[in-house]
Amino acid sequence: MQVRYFDHAGTTPLDPAVLEAMMPYLRESFGNPMSIYELGGRASAAVQEARADVAALINARPSGVIFTASGAESNNFALRGIALARQNEGKHIIVSKAEHHSVLNSARFLEKQGFIVTYLPIDGYGMVEPETLGKAITKETVLISIILASPEVGTIQPIRELAKMAKEKGIIFHTDAVAAAGQIPIDVKELGVDLLSLSAHQFYGPKGAAALYVREGLRIVPLIYGGIQEGGRRAGTENVPAIAGMGKAAAIARERLSHRIEYLRPLRDRLIEGVKKTDNVYLTGHPAERLPGHASFTVEFVEGEAMLLMMAAKGIYAASGSACSSKALKSSPVLLSMGIPSSVAQGSIVFSLGHENSTDDVEYAITEFSVIAKKLREISPYRGGWGGVEEAEKCIPKK
Amino acid sequence: MKTIYLDNNATTRIAPEVRKAMTPYLAGLYGNPSSSHRFGSRLRKDTEEARAKVAALIGAEPEEVVFTGSGTESDNTALMSALECSPKKRHLITTKVEHPAVLNFISHLARKGCTATYLPVDGSGRLDMKELIKSVGKDTAAVSIMYANNETGVIFPMAEIAEALRGRGVVFHTDAVQAAGKVRVNVKETPLDMLSISGHKLHAPKGVGALYVRKGLQFHPYIIGGHQESGRRAGTENVASIIGLGRACELALERLEKDSVYLKGLRDRLESEIIRRCPDVRVNGAGAERLPNTVNISFSYIDGEAILLKLDKEGICASSGSACTSGSVEPSHVLRAMAVPVEAIQGSIRFSLSCYNTEAEIEVAADALPGIIKELRDLSPYGRGEKMC
Repeated sequence: MQVRYFDHAGTTPLDPAVLEAMMPYLRESFGNPMSIYELGGRASAAVQEARADVAALINARPSGVIFTASGAESNNFALRGIALARQNEGKHIIVSKAEHHSVLNSARFLEKQGFIVTYLPIDGYGMVEPETLGKAITKETVLISIILASPEVGTIQPIRELAKMAKEKGIIFHTDAVAAAGQIPIDVKELGVDLLSLSAHQFYGPKGAAALYVREGLRIVPLIYGGIQEGGRRAGTENVPAIAGMGKAAAIARERLSHRIEYLRPLRDRLIEGVKKTDNVYLTGHPAERLPGHASFTVEFVEGEAMLLMMAAKGIYAASGSACSSKALKSSPVLLSMGIPSSVAQGSIVFSLGHENSTDDVEYAITEFSVIAKKLREISPYRGGWGGVEEAEKCIPKK
Repeated sequence: MKTIYLDNNATTRIAPEVRKAMTPYLAGLYGNPSSSHRFGSRLRKDTEEARAKVAALIGAEPEEVVFTGSGTESDNTALMSALECSPKKRHLITTKVEHPAVLNFISHLARKGCTATYLPVDGSGRLDMKELIKSVGKDTAAVSIMYANNETGVIFPMAEIAEALRGRGVVFHTDAVQAAGKVRVNVKETPLDMLSISGHKLHAPKGVGALYVRKGLQFHPYIIGGHQESGRRAGTENVASIIGLGRACELALERLEKDSVYLKGLRDRLESEIIRRCPDVRVNGAGAERLPNTVNISFSYIDGEAILLKLDKEGICASSGSACTSGSVEPSHVLRAMAVPVEAIQGSIRFSLSCYNTEAEIEVAADALPGIIKELRDLSPYGRGEKMC
């Protein structure tokens, strides 16, 4: 059966050109970049070239890019590294409720270390309102971390405005751009952010390579200590093939970004229009300010996992919530924070498109989705509406 | 010119079998193991198989293996976990000859209020066991002692150390990055609490490591976020590299005995040829038990970097000290701890071999060295026999 992959927010396939760029470093050019002989020099040159390509994708200077092993590591590094570097100036941190687990759990970790964390509420679109941020800032605030675009609902935050508020108060601003990098244009200078996380496998690069942008002159305490790699800011032998792959993926993304966006937007809009024709299906996230390939919904009276399984049986691979929490089988905290009732949030489904998806893929998905949603609804105990939920809950024996 | 790669303690080439095992995961099998659809479940199954293979190499259970991004991350994670899990204990014990991944992390922790004891070694690089036993106190959270030294290949007596620490209420961690795949490691026979492995030191790719965490040991993750690795290490699994690490561990286990005899033969040949043909040399760690693939030799009165550059021109890759510190001009902390004279430390070269090296390559290296050494000594401002200042 033909595979129709709609889970690009989970991970993307590796671009064959990226794999080709990685191959020499998986074969004969296997040296350690720290070694002084030519074989090491070749590896070191590959890392520096990749650094320039990744920097160019976000309009940063190459020296501002630190390679890490994952977006999660970049987020841990940003929050913990800045909190530790600034703790003498204040111990208050602000994050939003739309953040990825790696930001939320880093914030919780810092709480245990004596920091005070404000979890900013988000509106019904998953958006952080600037006034909300303004009210949360105190004299003790040293760091604000707000996601650039949500992998779950696709909403793009008004980062420029939020970062400006931080800057006016001398507060460091980090944005998790893992879901956004390679999908929309990103310019760290224009956004005015101090730190930004991005991950290669979200834009057709390999897993195992990611980066943290750190504004020039900003002091950050390392997360991983050891050798003097990455200017002493991140120890561990450089993952040369994956870094070379990330560089190539960044170069391709930069070159084709506007084409990809032009291609994806109408495809996404068609998918949204088609899927919404089924009754009681609602778009989640912002209708306009959203990632070009991102279409996310709640389907009332059905359960997201059941939809996924039935769609997978038809060759359609989508997601329900973020991949990082999909095994947890509970309602997405982001959807709940948006004010969506838990019972509705259970029926969450996310289609994240990539440029290799065709119009045919999208039409096929629309047709199959409608059949599957109807079928599931027929067997759903909730089909009678929310009264039905209460009825059903009455049937569950109380402990 | 064909490259003769004699720097396998810095990094190794990926074994062809390993690359072959990884390839499908760099092409069609691109999903996220955390996804609930078919893509995800297939990858979960395959990464679990790799975990079992890594576990088998060290005699562990699969669920005792946590995948990380590097040996360095494994080391940092182990130490931090020990501290997080016993918040009242703030003392750490390590050795003066550890890898920077342990030493620099401990000096960072020491700036944050921990205390540290750095155990000395003797002239052959052997650990002072009496000092170890004396150093353990009520405040000691963890003891981190490397399995084998990256610069000299000297192996520390793991069983003896584990025995000495038994019942002392400390976490015993070892950085086995250099030992795994080169000598037999078995965590069942040697009761360790945590052990670090790095992929690229055993013909697996860079960017993947593992940490053995003994079943029942309290553990605190270092990189936090999603539920990956059963909540023990967040971040999307680096599937292809994990598969590669699994295959490399499987190969290492299969070849361990044969390779170790082969490597020791090559290494001893290189070592004896150098001693026979070059005057004023000393083998560092010669009196101790060593990894079969490593020899560290000091050529007195000349600069190691100069030797390396000359060797590079002949296509021969070797190193002075650790690759992780090669950007610095500091003389090797390992050789200093062994009280090697300064004029010898400066001219120290490490040759580290792999199963891909041949006798012919060893011949070429042994033939190239005497000329290079003589040429450099003739040019040396220190002459020969005069003290370097």
